[in-house]
Amino acid sequence: MTSSSVTPATAPARDGLWHHLRYIMAENPLTGISFAMFIGLIIMAIFGPYLVPFDPLATGAGPALKPPNLAHWFGTDHLGRDVFSRVVVATRLDLLISVSAVALSFVFGSIIGSLSGYFGGWTDQIAGRFMDTIMAFPLFVLAMGIVAAAGNSVENIVYATAIINLPFYARMARAEVSIRRNAGFVQAARLSGNSELRVLFGHIFPNTLPPMMVQISLNMGWAILNAAGLSFIGLGVQPPTPEWGIMVAEGANFIISGEWWLVVFPGMALMLAVFTFNLIGDGLRDLVDPQRRT
Amino acid sequence: MAIPILDVQRLTVDFTTRKGIVRAIDAVSLHVTKGETLGIVGESGSGKSVTSYAVMKILDRAGKITNGKITYSGMSLHKIAESDMRDIRGREISMIFQNPRAALNPIRKIGKQVADVLIQHNQATKADAREKAIEMLKAVKIADAEQRFHAYPFELSGGMCQRIVIAIALACRPQLLIADEPTTGLDVTTQKAVMDLIVELTARFNMSTILITHDLGLAAAYCDRLMVMEKGRVVEQNASTVLFQSPQKDYTKQLLRATPRRDSNVRDLLPEAMHGKADPLPQSIPPGPPVLTVSHLKMGFGKPGSENYHLAVRDLSFTIRQGESLGLVGESGCGKSTTSAMVMRLLDVTDGHIEFLGQDIASIPASQFASHPLRGKLQMVFQDPTDSLNPRWSAERSIEDPLKNLSKGLGKTERKARVVELAGLVGLPTHLLDRFPHQLSGGQKARVGIARAVALDPQLLILDEPTAALDVSVQAIVLNLLEDLKHRLGMSYLFISHDLNVVRLLCDRIIVMQQGKIVEEGDARTIMDHPETDYTRSLLAAIPHPPARETHTDSGALA
Repeated sequence: MTSSSVTPATAPARDGLWHHLRYIMAENPLTGISFAMFIGLIIMAIFGPYLVPFDPLATGAGPALKPPNLAHWFGTDHLGRDVFSRVVVATRLDLLISVSAVALSFVFGSIIGSLSGYFGGWTDQIAGRFMDTIMAFPLFVLAMGIVAAAGNSVENIVYATAIINLPFYARMARAEVSIRRNAGFVQAARLSGNSELRVLFGHIFPNTLPPMMVQISLNMGWAILNAAGLSFIGLGVQPPTPEWGIMVAEGANFIISGEWWLVVFPGMALMLAVFTFNLIGDGLRDLVDPQRRT
Repeated sequence: MAIPILDVQRLTVDFTTRKGIVRAIDAVSLHVTKGETLGIVGESGSGKSVTSYAVMKILDRAGKITNGKITYSGMSLHKIAESDMRDIRGREISMIFQNPRAALNPIRKIGKQVADVLIQHNQATKADAREKAIEMLKAVKIADAEQRFHAYPFELSGGMCQRIVIAIALACRPQLLIADEPTTGLDVTTQKAVMDLIVELTARFNMSTILITHDLGLAAAYCDRLMVMEKGRVVEQNASTVLFQSPQKDYTKQLLRATPRRDSNVRDLLPEAMHGKADPLPQSIPPGPPVLTVSHLKMGFGKPGSENYHLAVRDLSFTIRQGESLGLVGESGCGKSTTSAMVMRLLDVTDGHIEFLGQDIASIPASQFASHPLRGKLQMVFQDPTDSLNPRWSAERSIEDPLKNLSKGLGKTERKARVVELAGLVGLPTHLLDRFPHQLSGGQKARVGIARAVALDPQLLILDEPTAALDVSVQAIVLNLLEDLKHRLGMSYLFISHDLNVVRLLCDRIIVMQQGKIVEEGDARTIMDHPETDYTRSLLAAIPHPPARETHTDSGALA
């Protein structure tokens, strides 16, 4: 009690980030679960290759096509590789592809969208029609086309996924910026001597982050699916690299003969990852919104 | 005594929030008799709106009635089911909200919206709903009601929209009307028209009214009985005339003081305790050389020559001298905000000159003025203190922003020191500097805005209705702060407002604008006492005044 009376009145009114994080999780248990799953995914991505019991590429780690057992938790595939090790190791590649793709489309989409929302006029017209053009294609087919044309590599999957996601970020940034374009604090920023670009990226853009966070996390799940989908049809990541999409594709050949574990486990991993990112969106938004920090 | 139509006994409402349970209103008792108008007066956070929401049972999820009784003509509203309550809302008790545009469905024709309510409460059939709706539109004095039946809300002015809302509220001839700040945000003349309409209709239908407002003048002019609320409690309840003549409680007295009267000066608005301490008003110094000379200013919107070309400002000329305050008064749409944006160099002019400190700044494009050396000398205090602060920036960062951009010589520590100095100047406690806008009260936010505006020692400060969004007691303090700062820093003010009563408190000279033109110009005193044009007279007549109070013994400062 006495210690609290000693603390000066200048104690910061803001809660610490940790306190805030705890509050957000307590308020919505789903957010807590999604954060836990997210941390699990990150650990798998970073440490997975050092933790797994078998080399994911080593053929003959055990007898071929064995169902799940104590030695091989998720069973083995047709070359005798350990499915569990492969599923865990694949996390890094899948997350890497989706994170870089989403980061690229977030950065470029926000820039294009913010500029067209703020300046309007012909900037808006050109950016708008460019985005419409991208949206006019069935997006997965467009991604296929880009990878097929540019060459089969992990980088090209990233670029293709980034390009097809661009319009979502651009449109959102445009809408969020244009509703704030003439807000009082923006006028005040102009009076404070900020140049137009500083007003846009220093004052307006940070205020669009909360809704953008939701978009990012939803989009992450989608990007993982997209990357896996490309691999599934044989574009992008090539075997024997462990990747959830290829594993599902390879396993699909065996499902008729009853070897279900080849498809189910990588499929589950894919589903859980997408699920995590979809859930985490609201939590992330609450985290970056200062108004939630009372 | 007549049996009350609404009787509320010891009503208590709690809100569950992040910080625990907050008591919004505590043991509030009130009653309204038939045909009576009760005014609930209080500042923001006093619980006046929550009281009315509780009566209507439209509290949001976090709010719960934890104690008390609400009896409406024999029915216990605190007990009845939601389905029965739905029947009572609109048919028995109606409500008018503050923002009429938000209360109307933007994509439905206004006539249809009136008809909907009639059909909903079985007051009309599909066949005669249209006819009855038009009748109702006529009752609220909508001209060309048949044509306007097909209008959408966006096609109507704010005052017109409020009339439609009134038409919807009164369509089913309810017994009780709750008007929650029905005229906030409307011009004084529109306010008068809307209030007169409410009074006329409620009298015709023999209805009771609860008027919720922060404006004591308005409450005095239209209510039979007044109830003053503070922090969720009833402070005082009495007949209007009695309450104004002899207020019993300190809070009521303070509120009465803070409401500007025709004869009060800016110091009179302060609470008695502060009034004694405040320095006497400085003698107004004779104005110096001109700071700002605006000549033949014009602003047009749309393509010149085309049909929708519209001149918002036509041929405006005025001068502001050093140390002088000029008031620019007019109703919304008169071009006063456009003028301020042009003078502030946020908007390019169509034609004319703006000479500021000897330089014609009208020729500098608005987009390039941000880095101009004169930028710091020409600053502005905005209307809405909440909207004008970046929600993601702390108070300190907001005040520091102009220093960072325009005082290149200052280092980081010097800037911090200057921010603290500015906070002291505007009376903002320094421990609030690291707070975000939503953690500050309205008055504190206003201080942050003022600190930011004076950070660069401006010569001319434009005040765009700087107190319109504030409570009267906060308004009193902010107006005094602005008056003191002007003398301490030797600034000139251009004060823009629709409220002559507030403008004259700070201004030496006043310009009255109508439709982009100056209709009257002159000394503040003269305009208030001897207005020359009908327009100015109508503006003055529309201001609701609290009845003059018997002068107290302690009004020495006035003499």
